[in-house]
Amino acid sequence: MAEDIQAKLEKYRTAPFDARFPNQNQTRNCWQNYLDYHRCQKALEAKGVDVAPCDWYKRVYKSLCPLSWLEKWDGQREDGTFPGKI
Amino acid sequence: MAHPSQLGFQDAASPVMEELLHFHDHALMIVFLISTLVLYIIVAMVTAKVTNKYIIDSQEIEIVWTVLPAVILTLIALPSLRILYLMDEINDPHLTVKAMGHQWYWSYEYTDYENLGFDSYMIPTQDLSPGQFRLLETDHRMVVPMESPIRVLVSAEDVLHSWAVPALGVKMDGVPGRLNQTAFIASRPGVFYGQCSEICGANHSFMPIVVEAVPLEHFENWSSLMLEDA
Repeated sequence: MAEDIQAKLEKYRTAPFDARFPNQNQTRNCWQNYLDYHRCQKALEAKGVDVAPCDWYKRVYKSLCPLSWLEKWDGQREDGTFPGKI
Repeated sequence: MAHPSQLGFQDAASPVMEELLHFHDHALMIVFLISTLVLYIIVAMVTAKVTNKYIIDSQEIEIVWTVLPAVILTLIALPSLRILYLMDEINDPHLTVKAMGHQWYWSYEYTDYENLGFDSYMIPTQDLSPGQFRLLETDHRMVVPMESPIRVLVSAEDVLHSWAVPALGVKMDGVPGRLNQTAFIASRPGVFYGQCSEICGANHSFMPIVVEAVPLEHFENWSSLMLEDA
């Protein structure tokens, strides 16, 4: 499992087509991957397991999300005002 | 690129734009043929010396001028739908670039590997070098590798903008809080110009877009240089 993720990450070029978000509006794609990364990180850290599998979500949201959005959300998470459930 | 007294489209720089260009030629030819026919008929009617005031009906001509337009419309609709579905095909992009509209400049982000971001302001007319294009040149261009599918995510930081490059057949609105996806393949290397296409304030006409398509190695060199300069 971890090796598959490693292999996928090594071959990563850009965020691939995601059938959950097939249309023009990719806002949710960025948002979902951001949430998924932080949820994955929180869950795996709680279990005491290596968080490396979460890196896929991080690569995807870094590819898709504008930097200003990421700065804003990171700030909100630090302040405790982030609107998503992590 | 655009030139003075231009009548048609700019030369296509992407496969989709080529298709659109050929479709436009096809549809315009049909328009010219119909217009010529109608004009001829009008002139023929007006200049006719003998007229028949007692025509009640004619089944044959009714059938002709019902079936023929239906056929013509089908001849227009089928290529049109073909292109529509072609543009909607799922593609597997090699690179993602984010184009963010601001008042009044674009900023581009290449974040697949490192965090590369830069602003792209129009070069003011008084600062142009000889040979550069007025109101179209920018200080930094959006450089992309040629012959690769590129995904562009367009958004805006303040008001509505629109990212358009006619030679690539691309136009996508930049909406604050929304990420609009479009894609293109630059079939040949070159420099392609566009302008903001949604009214966004005083300098809406002065925030152009320049896409430079280069071979992959040049793109890799350029991105390394840009990262160093940042």
